[in-house]
Amino acid sequence: MATETDDSTRRDFLMIAAGSFAAVGAAAGLWPLIDQMNPDASTLSLGTTEVDLSPIEEGQAITVVWRGKPVFIRHRTAEEIEAAKAVEMDQLPDPLARNANVSTDALATDVNRTQTGQEKWLVLIGICTHLGCIPKGQRIGDSKGEFDGWFCPCHGSHYDTAGRIRKGPAPRNLDVPTFSFVSDDVLRIG
Amino acid sequence: MAHQSTYQPKPGLDKWLDDRLPVMRMAHDTMLDFPTPRNLNYFWTFGGILTFCLMVQIITGIVLAMHYTPHVDMAFASVERIMRDVNWGWLLRYTHAVGASMFFVAVYIHMFRGMYYGSYKAPREVLWFLGVIILLLMMATAFMGYVLVWGQMSFWAATVITNLFSAVPFVGEPIVTWLWGGFAVDNPTLNRFFALHYLLPFALLGVVGLHIWALHVPGNNNPIGVDVKSKKDTLPFHPYYTLKDGFAIAVFALLFAMLVFYAPNYLNHADNYIEANPLQTPPHIVPEWYFLPFYAILRAVPDKFLGVVAMFGSILILFLLPWFDTSRVKSGTYRPLFKWFFVIFVFVCLGLGYLGAKPAEGGYLTMGRIFTTYYFLHFLVILPIIGLIETPKKLPNSISEAVLDDPPDSGGAQPSGAAASPEKRL
Ligand code: HEM
Ligand code: FES
Repeated sequence: MATETDDSTRRDFLMIAAGSFAAVGAAAGLWPLIDQMNPDASTLSLGTTEVDLSPIEEGQAITVVWRGKPVFIRHRTAEEIEAAKAVEMDQLPDPLARNANVSTDALATDVNRTQTGQEKWLVLIGICTHLGCIPKGQRIGDSKGEFDGWFCPCHGSHYDTAGRIRKGPAPRNLDVPTFSFVSDDVLRIG
Repeated sequence: MAHQSTYQPKPGLDKWLDDRLPVMRMAHDTMLDFPTPRNLNYFWTFGGILTFCLMVQIITGIVLAMHYTPHVDMAFASVERIMRDVNWGWLLRYTHAVGASMFFVAVYIHMFRGMYYGSYKAPREVLWFLGVIILLLMMATAFMGYVLVWGQMSFWAATVITNLFSAVPFVGEPIVTWLWGGFAVDNPTLNRFFALHYLLPFALLGVVGLHIWALHVPGNNNPIGVDVKSKKDTLPFHPYYTLKDGFAIAVFALLFAMLVFYAPNYLNHADNYIEANPLQTPPHIVPEWYFLPFYAILRAVPDKFLGVVAMFGSILILFLLPWFDTSRVKSGTYRPLFKWFFVIFVFVCLGLGYLGAKPAEGGYLTMGRIFTTYYFLHFLVILPIIGLIETPKKLPNSISEAVLDDPPDSGGAQPSGAAASPEKRL
């Protein structure tokens, strides 16, 4: 005959087993309700954008849209490239390249921020890494900040001519998206 | 309810219903015969004013939703159509937009009232808790409502505020993508904000119900902070406080109407009459005025993650207020030291609001840092210490002693000249 303690542990076991089963079921039911808020298939499929670079003169910049985000493409002048190359790594608040085309631990040298042979083209996601404003510096007459690259007016972040954060609250360099050159004049983003 | 029910159902239908669902009894006991301290001043009318505000927002909101289209291509135009074409649309939208501001004016006064008179102290901690939850829900609701207009300020407020979550270590970026339903603030974001902006006020209504329930268990605090001791200390809620609240609501509605009719855009931002453009940030983005103190705290901290922690912390710290304050005396009137620190605290909060609207640079930034530090010191250091070192003034024995037996020539509540011949005023 089962003693009283035996009985209650058996009962506890059944209660816990039933409770856990219900909890797993509830969690499984909850997941679709949470995950439905993530980007849907049509949003994810907005894959690549191709850009004709031939009309962009040296010193000019254009903004294109990729996955709903602005992408800055700047045709840099020789001085701008020189200035970016002259910067020592210890002057950078964020020493990482943040370039989807190179390894994640690559340093933020100018070479690692661009593509070899195409250094004059700087391609960046034009979203301030602080809280997401669009930095100024694309248009003629815009303030380009203290480092001659971009300036975010929202909370005062300054980026240099390689799109690296130099001063202000933004924690990271502007991201470089995945891109490749289809030909010398055609850029594919994504 | 804490007090004995005094409801006497009339024979017939009243009695029949009372035996089955005593709603009339509940209404009678909470709204008509609820024993209320007899010394409440006008700061106690803000509860009623807030209920009024919530009703105004829900009623105007439901009507606006009948004309509004939550789609990025049509939202801005639909708001303009409400303004120009819909019958009385301008009135409904301005009432709703100004109403949000009036709601926050009232809630901030209501909260400072609670802080001065120690209404968060035992046995009212849960009541205070529910109040902070109400504040958080109001903030979320107002933020999402502002996004619905889909003007430039709507869009960039949505971008900056949702990006605050990217500061969370490791999971920050996935959270932001999840909030957006895309890779930027876009149509899915607007859609869900509309659904939630419709839902949250009703959640708010539920929490307000709990808030009032939690009020009716211990009963109201009062300006002297001494508990109700006998029936002599109280008055029935109706007609004494229904009328006092009603008068206050009328005065409040007058100010409300002055803004709606004469300065409907005074608290709005001109940039929000430009349709949202995801490729261009306006040169000066500022949040709605009621978020400015928190925005100043965000910007005072030079680190992104810590800035976000400080901003949310400045609200969440309110939950712990009942334990930071070590004084057993409730009312600031009897706390000579606390009184002055309370005045400084109010000044610091207003100062943070002023600084939140200024560019975060130079002297403004320095002041922002000083004020932010003080804000936290007030809770973490000043309140615990003054509670320990201060000698409170002698408390009256009861509410009725304080307000009814005030000797006429003691120079107490009235100037002696006026009190010397009170009969002349009749
Ligand atoms: C706690 C209560 C509420 C608050 C604080 C609040 C706040 C706001 C704010 C600040 C705006 C932007 C106003 C503007 O600049 O035009 C807004 C817009 C809107 N709200 Fe609410 N709201 C509340 C309740 C509701 C409810 C219950 C509904 C619907 C059932 C609603 C529907 C709308 C709609 C459709 C708009 C967009 C049209 C417009 O711009 O006026 N709101 N709300
Ligand atoms: S969003 Fe660019 S500095 Fe804050």
